[in-house]
Amino acid sequence: MWQWLYKLGSPRHFYEMTTGLVPWLTGVSLLLLAAGVVWGLGFAPPDYQMGDNFRIIYIHVPTSMCGMGAYVLLATMAAMHMIWNIKMADIVAKVSAPVGAAYIALGLITGALWGKPTWGTYWTWDARLTSSLILLFLFLGVMALRAAYDSESAGSKAASVLAIVGVVNVPIIYFSVQWWNTLHQGTSKLGGAGSANPPEIWIPAFFTGFAVIGLFFVAVILRSRNEILYRERRTQWVQDLLQKELTHA
Amino acid sequence: MSRSALGLAGSLGTTLQRELQLAFSSPGRIVNPLMFFVIAVSMFPLGGRMSAEVLGTIAAGVIWVTALLAVMLSMESLFRSDFDDGSLEQLLLSPQPLYFHLQVKVLAHWLVTGLPLVVISPLLGLLLHLPEAGYGPLMLGLLLGTPALSMIAAIGTALTVGLARSGLLLAVLVLPLSIPVLVFGAGLVDTALNGLPLTGVVAVLAALLVLAGTLAPLAIGAALRISVH
Repeated sequence: MWQWLYKLGSPRHFYEMTTGLVPWLTGVSLLLLAAGVVWGLGFAPPDYQMGDNFRIIYIHVPTSMCGMGAYVLLATMAAMHMIWNIKMADIVAKVSAPVGAAYIALGLITGALWGKPTWGTYWTWDARLTSSLILLFLFLGVMALRAAYDSESAGSKAASVLAIVGVVNVPIIYFSVQWWNTLHQGTSKLGGAGSANPPEIWIPAFFTGFAVIGLFFVAVILRSRNEILYRERRTQWVQDLLQKELTHA
Repeated sequence: MSRSALGLAGSLGTTLQRELQLAFSSPGRIVNPLMFFVIAVSMFPLGGRMSAEVLGTIAAGVIWVTALLAVMLSMESLFRSDFDDGSLEQLLLSPQPLYFHLQVKVLAHWLVTGLPLVVISPLLGLLLHLPEAGYGPLMLGLLLGTPALSMIAAIGTALTVGLARSGLLLAVLVLPLSIPVLVFGAGLVDTALNGLPLTGVVAVLAALLVLAGTLAPLAIGAALRISVH
């Protein structure tokens, strides 16, 4: 187990280990997405209050949650990079920021589309909406800071410090905007015992939930692999790989 | 006098004295943020024809956001000249603990840039028709909030001091992090205007100041080491 984790820290091993994983993860995620979307949009019964509007939940909730999780991943990787100087952690931190930002943005957009028919407005300065928006700003700040540095190593260290400062701030920001204003419905229990929702509603949500998370990791892994090839372009193993690809083509 | 002969307190005193002397030798460092604060706030009533009541309700928010911008824009002078002439490197190499020196440095910077904003704020409240009950909470909030903002903004400044053009980037980094202080600072005035008890909000603001004052120097130090090397 530890050996495996340790190996994952090396870009070359990460590349080799993920080669076989990507098609599987992509396939399973897409299948789950298709099943969840068809079931959720076509067959799940309409909500007694929101009618068919609620169906956007199948995309809105997983993308928002995954976007928040992505910031935690970014900050964890940043801390690992600062503490142990693990190259792979920095690569994942770098490539996961734009993906996480895109997920948060998607969560905000689907939320706005859901808000219009349900609350009568696209946007409101509610605690959850506001903290998601601020999380998007934090993502953008980390990306902008990294991009502003010419030196890759200084830029990655600076972005790591900012990501860690941000993650310390996130709970405080959430608490402060909650105190300030709140309108968003509380989280209701999605499924299982004690849930108000019938299984026809929550099972497709689990499908799309896992699909969205799976696709997040597909994007992060694919981008990491590109970044690995770029950073290690002068090493022998990348040259060999390139040679093999060229002879195959 | 050799540096090692100074104790911690002595060297912190020297740092404070040096920072204040530098600030007073170029009065622009003190006056510019203040002028920005007053001029920017007086733009808001000109931006739209608003009744006195409407102005009064947005006064706290306008003053707080402008104070936040003034603190952020004044940050340029915190590390820039020290970075350019190499004294920042000396500070990082000094045998004295960096943590306390950074605290003192930011404190000195706040004394010359943040404190004047607190002092002038009632005048701006007057310009924006802030109801009478709001003046005390506005000043108290700014007194607790602006040093916290200075600490937070100093992190962004330390991260960008090595970059050639850092102004806008600094805003992108610092503004989202300042939101809690802004929310509770402006919220303190609202709480007072609604006749609610202030103790809780004051306590949260004080807690944010303690948190920023103790944790930010760690991040500032790490950031400066990255910027200098």
